[in-house]
Amino acid sequence: MENFLQQLINGLTLGSIYGLIAIGYTMVFGIIGMVNFAHGDVFMLSAFIALIIFLALTQLLGLASMPVAFLIVLVAAMACTALWNWAIERVAYRPLRGSFRLAPLISAIGMSIFLSNFVQVVQGPRNKPVPPMFTDLIRLTDGPLSVTLSYKQILIMAVTAVLLLAFWFVVQKTALGRAQRACEQDRKMAALLGIDVDRTISLTFVIGAALAAVAGTLYMLYYGVVNFSDGFTPGVKAFTAAVLGGIGSLPGAVIGGLLIGLIETFWAAYFSSDYKDVAAFSVLAITLIFMPQGLLGKPEVEKV
Amino acid sequence: MAAQQDHQRPDMARALVDAGFAALVTFGLSFPILALRTEQDMQNRLVVEQRWSWAIVAVVAVFCARLLAGLLSDWRARAVAIPGALIGVYGAHLALTVGPANGAGIVAFGLALLIGAFPLDARLRETPAAVAKPNVEGPDHSRLMSIAGIVALFVFPFVMLAWLGPQGSLKWINNYGVQILIYVMLGWGLNIVVGLAGLLDLGYVAFYAVGAYSYALLSTTYGLSFWICLPLAGVLAAFWGVILGFPVLRLRGDYLAIVTLAFGEIIRVVLINWSDFSNGYAGISSIPRVTFFGVPFTAADNGFAAMMGLEFTPIHRTIFLYFLILCLALLTNAVTLRLRALPIGRAWEALREDEIACRSLGVNTVNTKLTAFALGAMFGGFAGSFFAVRQNFVSPESFTFIESATILAIVVLGGMGSQIGVALAAVAMIGGTEILRELDFLKRIFGEGFDPAQYRMLIFGLAMVVMMIWKPRGLISSRTPSIFLKTKRAVAGALVREGQG
Repeated sequence: MENFLQQLINGLTLGSIYGLIAIGYTMVFGIIGMVNFAHGDVFMLSAFIALIIFLALTQLLGLASMPVAFLIVLVAAMACTALWNWAIERVAYRPLRGSFRLAPLISAIGMSIFLSNFVQVVQGPRNKPVPPMFTDLIRLTDGPLSVTLSYKQILIMAVTAVLLLAFWFVVQKTALGRAQRACEQDRKMAALLGIDVDRTISLTFVIGAALAAVAGTLYMLYYGVVNFSDGFTPGVKAFTAAVLGGIGSLPGAVIGGLLIGLIETFWAAYFSSDYKDVAAFSVLAITLIFMPQGLLGKPEVEKV
Repeated sequence: MAAQQDHQRPDMARALVDAGFAALVTFGLSFPILALRTEQDMQNRLVVEQRWSWAIVAVVAVFCARLLAGLLSDWRARAVAIPGALIGVYGAHLALTVGPANGAGIVAFGLALLIGAFPLDARLRETPAAVAKPNVEGPDHSRLMSIAGIVALFVFPFVMLAWLGPQGSLKWINNYGVQILIYVMLGWGLNIVVGLAGLLDLGYVAFYAVGAYSYALLSTTYGLSFWICLPLAGVLAAFWGVILGFPVLRLRGDYLAIVTLAFGEIIRVVLINWSDFSNGYAGISSIPRVTFFGVPFTAADNGFAAMMGLEFTPIHRTIFLYFLILCLALLTNAVTLRLRALPIGRAWEALREDEIACRSLGVNTVNTKLTAFALGAMFGGFAGSFFAVRQNFVSPESFTFIESATILAIVVLGGMGSQIGVALAAVAMIGGTEILRELDFLKRIFGEGFDPAQYRMLIFGLAMVVMMIWKPRGLISSRTPSIFLKTKRAVAGALVREGQG
């Protein structure tokens, strides 16, 4: 029981991170129907940016207060990653809009290779150990197998929840959110009604990147190490989460993220940690084969 | 026409604002990741170092490039001016950091290019727009050309051998010849799945791995020879193609791509973790080398050199490998071309164009898709077992997603479905990245710490993006239909749908 509870906490923490990345996939897929392959690497880049800003704050500027540093890092990483994704969309995807279907996918794969190698070249190929932060633990039960909840985990879940609420508000209640949902339904019609489609798509990428940057910051905090190749596997798993939840559906992405986090953690705890990636990828394949519309997605209708 | 001309006329103020904006964005992009570098110190602590010169160079380079792009209307002039500006900026950077002597020459070269671009632009703008060439159907040279090409490929190793000697030619035959031909073969194999049947497969490397491990395991455990393992590897890979193809029959487009990617990763993770079977990360080493139909390429008395009465050099084996992969690749091509003319090939292409119409007309889509998967996988398996016999070592490292992406990029860049396009794309992508290894002279320009090989994948990724923007339909974007009425005519690639799966 203790073990189960502990794994549940760990799984939900990991799932929060996947959920945040998954939103970026699902929004972009919803609006331009493209698998943004570089999104995992944008997430990795954001973890590096967060790390660098954190080090610069503590070492160059001598900031001592951890919560303040964390807040600044979070905001700066969101802004900077958003700018990156905006530029990427502008350079690599916008010229290909209206081109044939595979072109943006190949371009995104190229961008993904470029980003991971760019970070490798400018920051070096070695693992970057992050100075430990928020190391305190709360013991929930006592005993030989005590269940612990670390401050980090609380922080991760709290930040995720707050940002998801903010994001939910933006999508549901603001003009931008309405424009976004309109473009998702029918881009041509939205353009005819005076919505700036290009701008809406750009903002979609910006929001997706900002949420990925939150995930990147939390990932760096939680695992305490980042590497230039860290983008691919979390990226594919987050995509799995988006598909599992029903691609195009925002609550679906979050639920899918939590589910993938739980599946992976429980698999690693009860079966084999070597094959935890296989578990996640198999879930992807099984979902797509038996339930292609996902948990909350709309079924795709074939039209002639 | 006049309005368009007017629109193209450079506008200094607008170009400046545009360039300033681009420079600002570049500064924002490069601020944390370029200007500050994290490094581990002696106590293994991570410290941050400042490196503003990189960020400044990036900002200045983007500003100059963007300004020139705004001022010069013709892309040919831009093609001269932008590299000129970039070279000039880098020269200035070197002059500032290393010493004036190193930088001055480069600055001069960059400036010369830059200055040359402006009169070029003026001249190009005055020439009337080229009249679109009418689509004249010339006599059919393609057959003659392909025969000449194949002859040239067969003669290539001997020419290199005679020209550079056994030592000098090794690199050309092995790193360029064999390496490119492997990717040509993989590209042609994947072309069946992606280009002809329109099934987007991102996990093709799985079949390459199945082929490589089939040969590695069969030869090391049962001592089977390459010539027995080769067809077996093909059969096993085709079998896996059907196994993986079966569950994804209902999926289309991007979904199919992601599931095949997941399958590719699953096979790799299993190869890493199932150590009893595949020896995990360490891989399988000392796989038997290729023999000349049983005669080994050694210096011994029963070796190939002694049998042929030649002096022993290791180049014999390399040349044999070259011919082996050349024949395998040509076999792939021949089979594909023949199949295209058969009902199954036409069914593939029909499936690519419209699956629903296919089903309505009674085409068995299940069989059609599975044969495409199986045949593509089989050629991947052949290539894999060739890879194993060439390296005499296999490990999961060789079968990462990057390989699948490279092969898919070759197929798409070649102009999907075009055989010659795929071959050209393989030469450009693989040969291009190999050439980057050779650029030692860049060390003299950029200083000793500069390693061009480090930038190989960076440039590769960037090249994929640029190629897509420049030619989204690939190098050869017209193709000859496999069936035609009365006269043979090429159709534009834009009329052909791909990757709808």
